[in-house]
Amino acid sequence: MKSSKISRKDEIAKIKEKMIELFFFANGVLAIVVLIGIFYLLLSEGLPTFREVSIKEFLTSTRWNPVSYSNPEYGIVGMIVSTLMVTFGSLILSVPLGIACAAYLAEVAKPKEREILKPIIEMLASIPSVVIGFLGIVMVGPMIARIFNLSNGLNAINGSILLGVMALPTIISISEDAISSVPEEYKQASLALGTNSWHTLIKVTLPAALSGITAAVMLGMGRAIGETMAVLMATGNAPAFPKSFFGSIRTLTATIAIELGEVPYNTTHYYSLFAVGAVLFVMTFMINLVSDIVLHKYGEGEN
Amino acid sequence: MFNKKCLALSLALILTLGVLFSFTGQAGAFFGWFSSSDDAEQGYVQVRGSDTMVNIGQALAEAFMEQSEHEISVTGGGSGTGVAALINNEVDIANVSRDMTDSEVEQAAANGVDVYRGVIAMDGLAVVVNENNPVQDLTFDEIGAIYRGEITNWAELGGPDMEISLYGRQSNSGTFVYFRENVLDGDYCDTKNQMNGNAQIVEGVRADRSAIGYVGIGYATEGGQERSGLGVVNVAVDSNSEYASPLVPENVATGAYPLARPLNNYFNGQPTGAVLEFIEFIVSEEGQNVAVEAGFYPVSPEFQSVNDELLN
Repeated sequence: MKSSKISRKDEIAKIKEKMIELFFFANGVLAIVVLIGIFYLLLSEGLPTFREVSIKEFLTSTRWNPVSYSNPEYGIVGMIVSTLMVTFGSLILSVPLGIACAAYLAEVAKPKEREILKPIIEMLASIPSVVIGFLGIVMVGPMIARIFNLSNGLNAINGSILLGVMALPTIISISEDAISSVPEEYKQASLALGTNSWHTLIKVTLPAALSGITAAVMLGMGRAIGETMAVLMATGNAPAFPKSFFGSIRTLTATIAIELGEVPYNTTHYYSLFAVGAVLFVMTFMINLVSDIVLHKYGEGEN
Repeated sequence: MFNKKCLALSLALILTLGVLFSFTGQAGAFFGWFSSSDDAEQGYVQVRGSDTMVNIGQALAEAFMEQSEHEISVTGGGSGTGVAALINNEVDIANVSRDMTDSEVEQAAANGVDVYRGVIAMDGLAVVVNENNPVQDLTFDEIGAIYRGEITNWAELGGPDMEISLYGRQSNSGTFVYFRENVLDGDYCDTKNQMNGNAQIVEGVRADRSAIGYVGIGYATEGGQERSGLGVVNVAVDSNSEYASPLVPENVATGAYPLARPLNNYFNGQPTGAVLEFIEFIVSEEGQNVAVEAGFYPVSPEFQSVNDELLN
């Protein structure tokens, strides 16, 4: 009698366990379903572009003018180059600054300083991108124009600076975690061998934290490549092929944001914007893939 | 704990539904659950469209709401956005700073939207340069050549030797289209900076000595005067006709200023209820005074007939 009660309880517990397991499994699957759904949508809406535009023109032409007066053109090379320009430009600014800041926070700063600085840096991430874009127009732009003696500051440098600022909190926060979690023994061993703390930081701590720092940089890059509003406001959006960092550029994201609002449904222009979205999707996917491979490689190297 | 689970479950459900609807291409129906355009009956009027008309639209809505119980919400995004919303029957009024094209009216009709037009004010679309630029007068041909990229230096127009930087709007803008149809007769040069709204063009031109831009007159002026930092260009159709300034109200009223244009409201069907009261307020003397305070001009006699037709 008693034992059967227990076994029934057991059974209920088992079923409950199963249900919970199933629930979490369903959640995991859902993420995949959503991802596939999004990719399917991008493809199903994007592919009809190529009924009227050749893939070769789409991927090799530098002229984008779907609402042309006479002859619509759909070439996205200029926009891909623009996107890569601001993304790498932002990394050139934010990676050294971010890692230096993270190293300071993790290794040099007193606990009290860190307690004040870290939340403030993380607050930087909560500034809306429109606000940053606005600062790009009224503050960063005129400053760039004055420094480089240009007529205006709506160019790739402006976009890079803004994106750099936006990527900073991500890079600092994650790098700092990575540097902090380097085992104390590594540093002590290095110091015991007679090196100074600068040498220890550069030769021991940072290399040991490299996988975390790489992840931080990749996440910062993902943030920069997908950012829309700030670059839309600050880079001028001229559809011409970018000539230099001092010229106006137009990114993939800005193009979608500008044109999707007014485009008539089920036209080549509408489909082409989804195709642009698919290209952007593939680009971010590649970045994530590369960062994953890098992470694994370094993870193995450590063992 | 239970609440968290509930939240997670409902989120999951919504996402799945979203995906399902996307699969079947019915995304509109899914998002349609959250908005409806039947609210006008309850006195809630949604106005969307032209960025040029956002300020004047908001000024009119505020003045109207002071004396009425109806709620008016005015948002921008560009004339094209307003037209698209009207075609999809998402708004009560579309602000459009150009004329709707025949194909747009047809698309609307295909969606069961019967388009009616009203004119709320006049704009003298202003061509602006930096205040330090000595060039004061330009013809249509010259402006067109500048924006097509055929004239690239101010020296060719009697100004200082500096490269012209072009400022304009994006393709969802009615002003972009109006300017292209009436001045350019061709495509914009692809080095033109495409700004997100009138205010951004104004900021850009004020900061850039070699700039040229085009904005609604209400953005180029401050209390009836040229806004500081800007120079408003006098425009003529060709070198034989007289240059006219959009700062002079008569030039816009008589059409002597060649870029004088009506600012349109488009409706689905003859206005009734709150929408009708709002448009009646706009065309009244009081409403027209609000339009003038916002920097624009009263509806000229030529376009009053459009309103008479709408309201009778």
